[in-house]
Amino acid sequence: MAITNVDELGAMHLDVLKELGNIGSGNAASALSSLLGCDTDISVPAVKLLDFGDAINFLGGPEQIAIGMLVNLTGDIDGMMLYVLQHSCASKMTAAVFGSEIEDIMNMNEMERSFIGEVGNIMSASYINAIASLTGMTIDISVPQMQVDMVGAILSVPAVHFAQIGDKVIFIDDSFVIGGSEVKSNMILIPEMASIDTLFTKLGVGT
Amino acid sequence: MGIITVGISDLNVAKGTDVLATYALGSCVGICLYDAERKIAGLAHIMLPLSKDAAAGSKAENRRRYADTGITELIQTMSMNGADTKNLTAKIAGGAQMFSTNSEVFNIGERNVAAVKKILAAYKIRIVAEETGLNFGRTVFFYAEDGTMEVKAAGRPPKKV
Repeated sequence: MAITNVDELGAMHLDVLKELGNIGSGNAASALSSLLGCDTDISVPAVKLLDFGDAINFLGGPEQIAIGMLVNLTGDIDGMMLYVLQHSCASKMTAAVFGSEIEDIMNMNEMERSFIGEVGNIMSASYINAIASLTGMTIDISVPQMQVDMVGAILSVPAVHFAQIGDKVIFIDDSFVIGGSEVKSNMILIPEMASIDTLFTKLGVGT
Repeated sequence: MGIITVGISDLNVAKGTDVLATYALGSCVGICLYDAERKIAGLAHIMLPLSKDAAAGSKAENRRRYADTGITELIQTMSMNGADTKNLTAKIAGGAQMFSTNSEVFNIGERNVAAVKKILAAYKIRIVAEETGLNFGRTVFFYAEDGTMEVKAAGRPPKKV
């Protein structure tokens, strides 16, 4: 039976998504490590299915300012992926590379912007490559679009896109250790339901 | 003074010194309706333009999600709370394009604003203030006492209209 709503995903499906999250985060950690030029470790990510409202609260509430980077997925999977980076985390990354923290994320300088954009690029590509290589699917990703604003406003973009299908997102909570200090970032996956079916079928997990 | 929070795809009505608030509107639109004579305020936070665009099988309880059904329900709710629907004026905010791309999906803010204006025109409700479009999120406070709409955005001074 085809899944028509994220609510219909069972424990087994969630385990599969967790495994994809694990592999994606592992890829991301090694890619980040070479970008940042320092050791980057990652703990096992927490993968959850969350309502948009809960996801917003998890990220600090609707008015929390954060960096959001959004990519469109096309090919064998259609959907969106949103990478959310908080100020403290972005600052630890720039500190590792440039030796200075980001003073104001609303007004990042050119160097900070392009570096953070590259982080978003690498993170998105790491997760998508993990899914693509595990499933043998072809997934194309758009260039990430960056926006620094209220978390609620940023999440409203995939929320609106997703509203007609379901209200839940696949929320990956990553903890990285960069040069000795722990930072958190979040990857939010919002696939079209038809793509979730395709994904599980490819992985041999019956729906 | 009490703050009444209106969530996404939700609406509410306030009187007296109460304030309606909706946080972090992105491409969504906040519609503030006001009966200045009776000092009754209503606020709806819609996500999508028209309910007929809804995918088959979407639930009827999601009426407040759409500009058409959401505004209709807001007007009814205000009327039940004593507002004279002939007396209503509107202030709207939101409908930003948070991410710049050509995709229709990302253009939803503009489509939301257009739908809201069309529905308000159909109800003959005049729009007296508008803080829409551009590319940033907005938080809205709507004061029942005098019908002031206060719009706050990250890194910008708050604006009262």
